[in-house]
Amino acid sequence: MSVVAEGLHKCYRDKSALDGFDLTVAEGRVCGLLGPNGAGKTTAVRILATLLRPDGGRAEVAGFDVTRHPAEVRRRIGLVGQHAAVDEVLSGRQNLVMFGRLYHLSSARARARADELLTQFGLADTGDKAVKQYSGGMRRRLDLAASMILAPKVLFLDEPTTGLDPRARNEVWAATRALVADGTTVLLTTQYLDEADQLADDISVIDNGQVVGNGTPDQLKTKIGGDRIDLVLHDADDLAAAAATVSRVTGADTDIDRDDRRLSAPVRNRVAALVEASRALDDAGIAVEDIVLRRPTLDEVFLTLTSAGTGHGPRETGRE
Amino acid sequence: MTSLYWAVADGWTITRRDLTHWVRQPTPIILGLLFPIMLVLMFGFLFGGAIAVPGGGDYREFLLPGMFVMTVAFGVEGTMIAVTTDAARGVTDRFRSMPMAQSAVVVGRNGADMLDSVLVLAAMIGCGLAVGWRWHGGPGATLAAVGLLLLLRFALLWVGIYLGLVVGGPETVAAVQILVWPIGFLSNVFVAPETMPAWLGTVAAWNPLSATVSATRELFGNPGWGGQSWIAQHATVMAVLWPLAIIAVFFPLSVRAFRRMSR
Ligand SMILES: Nc1ncnc2c1ncn2[C@@H]1O[C@H](COP(=O)(O)OP(=O)(O)O)[C@@H](O)[C@H]1O
Ligand SMILES: [Mg+2]
Repeated sequence: MSVVAEGLHKCYRDKSALDGFDLTVAEGRVCGLLGPNGAGKTTAVRILATLLRPDGGRAEVAGFDVTRHPAEVRRRIGLVGQHAAVDEVLSGRQNLVMFGRLYHLSSARARARADELLTQFGLADTGDKAVKQYSGGMRRRLDLAASMILAPKVLFLDEPTTGLDPRARNEVWAATRALVADGTTVLLTTQYLDEADQLADDISVIDNGQVVGNGTPDQLKTKIGGDRIDLVLHDADDLAAAAATVSRVTGADTDIDRDDRRLSAPVRNRVAALVEASRALDDAGIAVEDIVLRRPTLDEVFLTLTSAGTGHGPRETGRE
Repeated sequence: MTSLYWAVADGWTITRRDLTHWVRQPTPIILGLLFPIMLVLMFGFLFGGAIAVPGGGDYREFLLPGMFVMTVAFGVEGTMIAVTTDAARGVTDRFRSMPMAQSAVVVGRNGADMLDSVLVLAAMIGCGLAVGWRWHGGPGATLAAVGLLLLLRFALLWVGIYLGLVVGGPETVAAVQILVWPIGFLSNVFVAPETMPAWLGTVAAWNPLSATVSATRELFGNPGWGGQSWIAQHATVMAVLWPLAIIAVFFPLSVRAFRRMSR
């Protein structure tokens, strides 16, 4: 295991940020820690990266205890925090050389490594410009490059694309995928479901300082109810009758979306439900415009786990 | 001893980062040099005629040691800005997550700010010489005076680091920027403490800046206020003791504030 956290607790004054946080990440895997703003993602990452001492519980990173052997942990990790932590006045290259020197590379080695990383992260042309002049995506990539100087065993990425425009987000995703291909273990936090879905092998959903769900993206989707059938009707007046018919077939409640003339219900037996529902609606004389079977989106997974699953009210999951 | 080696080497790497800032972005350091020079010209030529010099000496001879000390006090703000900027940008966190000497963040800051002070003091001395200020003591006394100025700067550096770590943020930096002025005026830089209301005069006389001002005036052989109080009679001793006392308070406070970042 590259990352193990057991029962981590952390309070800021009287406010609990982590409350029995458990997590394991196997070597070479990309774990997505998915949770809304204030869930405790940054706190967890800061404890694992030796920046913060936990009030309770224990954590190991790359085989070393984070509180007892922080120096050993620091030798084996890279951290990309929520804000690009690079010097604004220096050039990209100067930043990388400085950090390389602080990683105790020789001056020549630090310069060579800076060149390699600038090329790897697509910054070779802009390496001598001041970071002040960089775009958000370029800063992030420089930030990633700086955390890769020693080729860390474990890389922490705290909301690497928050605040970036879609193009910069794609740049950062591409850079992250390249690292993952090299076999680095990655713990990535995000509020974005598609980001976790895109990058992570395993997802842990965090809410109120606890992990409330674990698994591969597919497992998580299955865990909360499997497939769904969606129908769009021709006439909104038929919605109530159609819902009753579909419920009879599926044996479950049917959600109604009046604006889109859409019905949605969970199904157990995919094909049978599709066939029976369309036949029953046909018999009842209800015109169906569209009918599809689909897996639940991660949004639905997320809402189920964080609100229904833990008994909290529903929350906004929209982007900032 | 390798840990000591890395403490120095990593500290120097961080100091060099500031020196690179000077080259890549010279405006702040040039402004930092011009501002005290402007003050010297303003006080020396604009207000100079209106202020009576004790013993009837040359006003600018009297003014310069006080200006040196004010310059030293202005340095706090630069230290604070550097510390808060790194903390806010996450650069401090990146350093803390790296396998480097953890003291280097602070050692590097010290190195850069002390070099900056030497530069600014040199410019101020040059400016002083240009407007007619001279030192009249021997080289020993003159160097001792410069040493006292740098000692005060070193002490105030820890104040800046501490304030930067605990109260960080641009608003507090602005507050410190403004506060330096009343603290400067509430000393013997411009006015003799004896002429102030009694309690205010005592505060001004005991102001750590006053001790360094009196001591450097003496060592440079420039006119001073004199004064019969104990503190006025023991300026040189106090110019050593005050900075040491400030260091004794703010060094441990800074170390604690640095450790508290992980709480
Ligand atoms: N330095 C701090 N002081 C006080 N409260 C904090 C501090 N940092 C975080 N918190 C609180 O702890 C909780 C978890 O925060 P955080 O770990 O930053 O969440 P996330 O990264 O998931 O948005 C939040 O309620 C936040 O307000
Ligand atoms: Mg966060």
